[in-house]
Amino acid sequence: MCLAIPTKVIEIKGNLGVVEFGGVRKDIGLSLLPELKIGDWVLLHAGFAIQKLDEEEAEETLRLLEEISEVSG
Amino acid sequence: MKYLDEFRDKRLAKGLVDKICSLSGEGQAGTPAPTFMEVCGTHTVAILRSGIKELLKGRVNMLSGPGCPVCVTATSDLDKTIALTKIDQVILTTFGDMLKVPGSFSSLQKERAEGYDIRIVYSCLDALKIAEENLDKTIIFLAIGFETTAPTIASSIISAHKEGLNNFFILSVHKLIPPAMKALLDMGEVNLDGFICPGHVSAIIGSLPYQFIAQDYKIPCVITGFEPLDVLQAMYMLLMQKKKGESKVEIQYSRGVPQQGNPKAMELMDEVFEVCDARWRGLGIIGSSGLKLKERYERFDAEKNFNIQVEESKEHPECRCGEILRGIIEPAQCKLFAKICTPEYPVGPCMVSSEGTCAAYYKWGQTPLVGSDPLGGV
Repeated sequence: MCLAIPTKVIEIKGNLGVVEFGGVRKDIGLSLLPELKIGDWVLLHAGFAIQKLDEEEAEETLRLLEEISEVSG
Repeated sequence: MKYLDEFRDKRLAKGLVDKICSLSGEGQAGTPAPTFMEVCGTHTVAILRSGIKELLKGRVNMLSGPGCPVCVTATSDLDKTIALTKIDQVILTTFGDMLKVPGSFSSLQKERAEGYDIRIVYSCLDALKIAEENLDKTIIFLAIGFETTAPTIASSIISAHKEGLNNFFILSVHKLIPPAMKALLDMGEVNLDGFICPGHVSAIIGSLPYQFIAQDYKIPCVITGFEPLDVLQAMYMLLMQKKKGESKVEIQYSRGVPQQGNPKAMELMDEVFEVCDARWRGLGIIGSSGLKLKERYERFDAEKNFNIQVEESKEHPECRCGEILRGIIEPAQCKLFAKICTPEYPVGPCMVSSEGTCAAYYKWGQTPLVGSDPLGGV
């Protein structure tokens, strides 16, 4: 039930944002992340963006994964 | 960057699995495999569906904890919810997972079949919309969920307050994860070498609330994402802590979990809710582990505004959901599992929720996903 899906905000209308899933547009609540901008990726849970996704951190995790994996040979 | 496929790479997974096997095999011969607990139901599904549990059998023991909100909702709270549906002009709104959960005498699904107005919503915002469109009716939302969900309900309550909606109520049975982890450790029934901490609860609360586990109980914690590589990396990090004799809280899921969590979400939660004791299925009453509406928002509190009378609750005498939620047994050790208790006809809540331990084992855990092709599931 704590499932959250990564999705991109494509429109902002006050406290609501618009995201798109497979061609279907959906309004979501942005009140938990008032600083969001169009184009930001967020974790979507129960109709609300609950956290902004950090691309740099994602890249860093992938780099670490590559490193650990290589170390193991 | 799509934040999904990148974390499902088979080549990297194989490298990680090798590393985990080598780390867990270190030490003296005959040393038991380390035991980690994933607290969150979404992790339970991720670990079983990807085949990681099967793949690391004998190398790492994975226990499932009390991290499915549907599963830990007390029968008495469900009985109260069912009682609320019978009040004249009430529309009861709920997340879909709650529908089939058996109460003492009925379920929301059975009551809906009897003609009571019970509607599934995806978000509390949908329940608010129903309230706005049905001003002559009373709309009650069954507010379940952990710290991930509670801020979304808090935001909806604030919206209802601003709009002056007087036909919208919630029954708050929200629960908090760190107190449950503490209760579990204090019971002393499981010996853990590490916690896979819930990623999306932590997206809200950050890493600080788990510090006591690392400091006082000396158990390593890693806040983890939900893709196969996330889980494998977290296992690697836990094993590295164990190897170094450390116990600290690390964040593997750093793309979604800043150390400080989401301060705005916590502010909204704090504005609307206050901490209270709460009854958990399988764990009993845990101090300071629930959320109730603060006095200034009491007019939205279904419990305060309606006279709810329920008989003493009862559960199926052979249902072992309580022990499963405490990580003491696995589903196959319950004699009802997959025989009398199935997703179609669930006896206990762990078989109802898609993220319940029994439902996850039923769907993903019975047939080995990884046979001749290691990481086939991954």
